[in-house]
Amino acid sequence: MHDTDITVPLLAITDLHLSIAGREVLRGIDLTIDAGETHVLLGPNGSGKTTLFNTLVGLPGYEVTQGSVAFKGENLLALTIDERARLGVGVAFQRPPAVRGVRLRQVMEVAAGGALEAGTLDAIAGELAVAPMLERDVNLGFSGGEAKRSEMAQLLAQQPELALFDEPESGVDLDNIAVVGGAIAHLLKGDRASERPRAGLIITHTGHILQYVNADVGHVLFDGRLACEGNPLDLIDDIVSHGYEGCVECAACRQ
Amino acid sequence: MPTVDEILLTDEQRARLAEIEEAAQAAADKPAALGPDVDVARFRTVSERDRVASLASIERQIRETALMSGFVSDESERSASYFQLDRTPIYERVSEAFGGQVEVMSTADALARYPDEMLAKWWWRAVDPAKDKYTALVALHQTEGYFIRVKAGAKVEKPIQACLFVSESDVSQNVHNIIVLEEGAEANVITGCNIATDVHQGLHAGISEFYVGAGASLTFTMVHNWAEEFSVRPRTGVIIEDDATYINNYVLLKPVKSIQAFPVARCEGARSRAVFNSIVYGLADSHIDLGSETQLIGEGSRSEAVARVVSTDRSAVYSRGRLIARTDECTAHLDCRGIVQSAESTQWAIPDLASEGAPGAELSHEAAISPIAEEEVYYLMSRGVPHDEAVSMITRGFLDLEIPGLPLALRRQIDAAIAATAEHAM
Repeated sequence: MHDTDITVPLLAITDLHLSIAGREVLRGIDLTIDAGETHVLLGPNGSGKTTLFNTLVGLPGYEVTQGSVAFKGENLLALTIDERARLGVGVAFQRPPAVRGVRLRQVMEVAAGGALEAGTLDAIAGELAVAPMLERDVNLGFSGGEAKRSEMAQLLAQQPELALFDEPESGVDLDNIAVVGGAIAHLLKGDRASERPRAGLIITHTGHILQYVNADVGHVLFDGRLACEGNPLDLIDDIVSHGYEGCVECAACRQ
Repeated sequence: MPTVDEILLTDEQRARLAEIEEAAQAAADKPAALGPDVDVARFRTVSERDRVASLASIERQIRETALMSGFVSDESERSASYFQLDRTPIYERVSEAFGGQVEVMSTADALARYPDEMLAKWWWRAVDPAKDKYTALVALHQTEGYFIRVKAGAKVEKPIQACLFVSESDVSQNVHNIIVLEEGAEANVITGCNIATDVHQGLHAGISEFYVGAGASLTFTMVHNWAEEFSVRPRTGVIIEDDATYINNYVLLKPVKSIQAFPVARCEGARSRAVFNSIVYGLADSHIDLGSETQLIGEGSRSEAVARVVSTDRSAVYSRGRLIARTDECTAHLDCRGIVQSAESTQWAIPDLASEGAPGAELSHEAAISPIAEEEVYYLMSRGVPHDEAVSMITRGFLDLEIPGLPLALRRQIDAAIAATAEHAM
């Protein structure tokens, strides 16, 4: 038995139009993510990827002019940032802000919804090598790799049903990409059969992270619209060969 | 015990006392360089009180007030206690376990008992009696104060506590405190200055001279609880010898009419270190002018000063930090941050660095007055923390400087004040 209605998709974005200061940035996005699916959102700089991410997070400054976003059947757009998080949306920021006086351990605890069992904390700290950072002010003076590992540690503590990742590989060296990618795979696919797989939406400009995470579906966001959908690795091959413009022009997607 | 007037002093010692008195008399009307002027003539000096046999026999209301500045009645948590009510040291005791390691008495008693050492080494040696009218007031009309000495090599793990309490209105309490840590000693001194809940007007002038011997480590924590019509003028000088460390923690969470203090630490010894941490909550019409000066004199000396200020209502807060390098090999840093919560409140952050002929000295500062950044609030919210709690967490973090040895009740009081501050931030 499932405790959720399987006929309702986990995330359903329908005809989403969105403006920033009067300028339309997203022009009709339709995207459905079911429980357990990993989606990848590709797209050139300025195509609206981060705008979509921030809108799903709930950050202010974005005006939805049309369309809807439903998460587990609820109107996500009507919820505050923290309500979304408690409902099961987790986020890993590209450049998380430093918060003086608030330690990584505290943020992991609040993300977990209270106390974090010592065993769980140790396991996460070990997997992401964040043990020396637990008592540091979160993101204060963290290197690029440390910041990404810290974001992943917080998500592993939170265990959201849907995790959103904004450019998880940007500004990170290869060793750290492997650690971060491994943690994403662990979060989304689960270690044990008993763990319910979680859904993910990974925003990536380069696609490097896909060496570590198996994604089910790829989308290309171009000029405010989802222009292509397909196997993520195929899409990346096309983009590498033909650039984003060429990829969007291809026959398969134009049909 | 005889007073210093009754014991036989050498001619040299008498001359020294006369010199101090003369200097003080010349400065009796000299206004302080900083802070609003206080008319010291309008206050009479505090009165005599009866001594008590135990801390438990101190009036409950006084004990409870003292607790809020870290003074506990349960002496098992403390190595030594000194309690001064108005002008009388009503209680002083060293716990048995620390007998022979710690000495606690009034400075008047110490002067009578150890005139040679006191006059030669400590009595007005770190603070100039002619600095201003407040030092002069204490030099001329002293109303006791504590003397604490920790013997060479003694590691006193439990805090030593001292409380200076004012229970009457329209008085000035003019205390002269001396702390001596002999070579290699370690101690944590918690002092609270308080007034009874029904006292409103008054003046506290406190001279503190601290001597941290070679290899010694003194942590000095002061928690102030004053009232809206009370003026406070501490004057502190600290001398730090080779490989010694002085850590000063200061907490002010209650309204005050005005407080102005600018302790001066002299890192005279090689590799000596001075640290100043302060948490200030500016409330009501308080005029708060606080800071510290560290003089880096010994080779390899270091200093850090961290100040966190939240101001609200109509309060004005000056947060100063001065670092003066007089040796080539020294490093020091100031970190001074403020949040202004009210349109009627004013905050100044004033870092002040000087290298006096020390080309190799490294002095730096960060000073900032800014609100809580929205993106930080959103970040915590994205982990499921509601908006108001996120603001509270950040404000708590802002004010939460780690101060060891505080009693739980005081810790809770600081937390409560910080929580109130955080609520204000919303």
